[in-house]
Amino acid sequence: MLSEGKRFHILSVFIIPVLFLLSLSAGCSPANKSNAKTTITIWHWMTDREPAFQELAKRYEAQTGIKVNFELYAPSDIYSQKVRAAAQGANLPDIFGILGEKRDFASFVKAGYVLALEPYMEENSASWKNDFFPEALAVNEFAQGNSYAVTPGIYAVPIDIMTIQMLYNKDLFKQLGLNPDRPPRTFVELLDIGKKISSTNRGGSAMDYGGKAANMQGMVSGWGDIWMIDCFANNYALNIMGKDKVIATIKGQVPYTDPDWIKVFALFKQMQDSGVFARGLVTMINKTAEQLFANDKAVFAFNGSWGVNVYHGMNPKLNYGVMLPPKASDIYPMAIWGGAGSSFMVNARSKNKEEAVKFLRWLTDRDQQAYLVEATNNLPANKNCLSLAPELLAQFSKGMDNATHPNAWEVWEASTVIEARDKGIQSIIIGEKTPEQVASEVQKVKVRELAKKR
Amino acid sequence: MRIKNILENYLFITPAVLIFAIFYIIPFIYVFRLGFYDWDGIVPLKDAVFVGFANFKEMLFQDPSWWQAMRNAGWVTIIALIFQNAIAFLLAWACDREIKMKNFYRVIFFIPPVLSEIVVGMVWRFIINDVEGANMINRMLTAIGLPNLVHSWLNDPNTALTTVAIVHSWKGFGWGFLIFLAGLQAIPSELYEAAHIDGANAWRSFKNITVPLMMPVIILVSILTVLGTMQAFVLIIGLVGGEFAGHTSVPVLRILAVMRDSSRFGYACAQGISFGTILVIISFIQYRFSKERQPKTA
Repeated sequence: MLSEGKRFHILSVFIIPVLFLLSLSAGCSPANKSNAKTTITIWHWMTDREPAFQELAKRYEAQTGIKVNFELYAPSDIYSQKVRAAAQGANLPDIFGILGEKRDFASFVKAGYVLALEPYMEENSASWKNDFFPEALAVNEFAQGNSYAVTPGIYAVPIDIMTIQMLYNKDLFKQLGLNPDRPPRTFVELLDIGKKISSTNRGGSAMDYGGKAANMQGMVSGWGDIWMIDCFANNYALNIMGKDKVIATIKGQVPYTDPDWIKVFALFKQMQDSGVFARGLVTMINKTAEQLFANDKAVFAFNGSWGVNVYHGMNPKLNYGVMLPPKASDIYPMAIWGGAGSSFMVNARSKNKEEAVKFLRWLTDRDQQAYLVEATNNLPANKNCLSLAPELLAQFSKGMDNATHPNAWEVWEASTVIEARDKGIQSIIIGEKTPEQVASEVQKVKVRELAKKR
Repeated sequence: MRIKNILENYLFITPAVLIFAIFYIIPFIYVFRLGFYDWDGIVPLKDAVFVGFANFKEMLFQDPSWWQAMRNAGWVTIIALIFQNAIAFLLAWACDREIKMKNFYRVIFFIPPVLSEIVVGMVWRFIINDVEGANMINRMLTAIGLPNLVHSWLNDPNTALTTVAIVHSWKGFGWGFLIFLAGLQAIPSELYEAAHIDGANAWRSFKNITVPLMMPVIILVSILTVLGTMQAFVLIIGLVGGEFAGHTSVPVLRILAVMRDSSRFGYACAQGISFGTILVIISFIQYRFSKERQPKTA
């Protein structure tokens, strides 16, 4: 017979781990058990929009009696991993967003996690669909014959739109003897301004070595994180060679060693040499870039329309304008990245999917979109509300005519090629490689990827 | 009775083994298995494509960025092994002696390791950076009459990685300091007294008593330094924002980039498994080395 003490020990040895495991498994249970009252759960990553979402949830519940539970998971990296993990565990909420490239979106759709919204969009003579900017829907749509092999249709609802453009500081323009109402329109004009910035600074920095503040910097952006470089490079690729040739490159029909691509890479060298770029641009994170621009230390910034809210928070008196990147060629129009800013998908396996669709329809109606513009300073996805956007946001919205996005194209470039291209551009900027070297290296990676596909 | 005892022993270790298996062994096997798949982390695993050793082959023979990351991590590790551990040892040796305020120093030296890596990275970025920061290092160099050494430390590909390594060493020396100090305090003072009576000076005592008796501790600290440094990445993000055209790329940043930016979970798992194996091999070699170098006491 075991003594009482020993029995207690054995019991505790088992009970503690079991309790530990049970407590862990409790955290893995789905968020919503069956409630008498319908609750729609939404996972999002948009910290700045959380109060506005909570307010809208209250209004929706007051109007319909359906509770909407917005759950914030930030930062976006973490959110992205959470959504993937939830998909694997069949724990996705009723509504969620997918952060990533179109191929990730396609994987979610093909795995059956995302509800097709085309039938809802087409109801009542497509009244819902017609509320949106076509560019905003395009990134959420899979066209006929798409290379992802996804059934054609719309799979997400844009709640706002964005464009990524150049911004210029009007006060610093005046200091440089430039007209603050006339930003550069051609690449040559941009390079001339770069030279002016250089000559003003004589290569100095925001804080010079003697400790005196503050020389002005050229263009700032979050180019330490390479996707914004990709965005800028794509703009000029589309301007120099047109969309068809860019697509042909992705398909492997045009090599990256093509003279047009070398011309694109060479632009970065020219901008660096003339002083258009801020020092340390390739290690800059976007938050730092935003701080430098907001504090009148940088003449240009390359940033998205979300920056309007950020700059306002950092320096409400900042005097700046929005411009398209100056054209390097007259053959094709300058294109910029734009389209849906944030989008929501409906969980195809949710028991509340009909209610979730209804809520998204309500969220993108004029009144709610107007509230979001006012509360969050983001461009509305509903085109009927654009007139409500403040002046600077309206300037960003004008860029929608020139907007495109790789997620809206029928083919996609391999991530290894994108990485080689963007890191190569970083190498050009720091003077380590020539445009020709980079073109050749990118092409090598491209050839390898094409071989893999074969 | 004996069988009963054995069963009872097994009974006691079963919960621990279960927890260890659930949270360590099974995930490890799962990750190992994923290394053989082309999987994006989204589609159900049953739909992932089995690619055999293709991921490992690609990593070994077709991915120069992986090897660049390994070389970079190796460089940071070498600097940490030499610079960080030398400082840690010297400071521990100094604090082991009868000096004023030695407890105060012990606390001060242990502050950097307990700070968050991202905070340390951001603070040092502010201290060093000549574009958006306070540019303090360059100002100091100018103030002490060395303006020709003024440099854009974090933005020059030739100095960025070494700057990262030095900041990493600053952040990490406190752990080594503590372990070295504990080791030094375990050396019987009688040995030094006897050596002193025999006419040994401070250097000979250090060479013939301190170093041999500290060898196991030195090896332990070296293993911990290698393991900690090879896996460092948060500090790099804080200091230079990321991989800086590959110049500050390290294996964990590569794995993250492959997983997060490229959605190649299978390939990332292959990298993770290979990287883990390399670390285990390095630790094993160091362990064997330490066993050979241990003073024979009996």
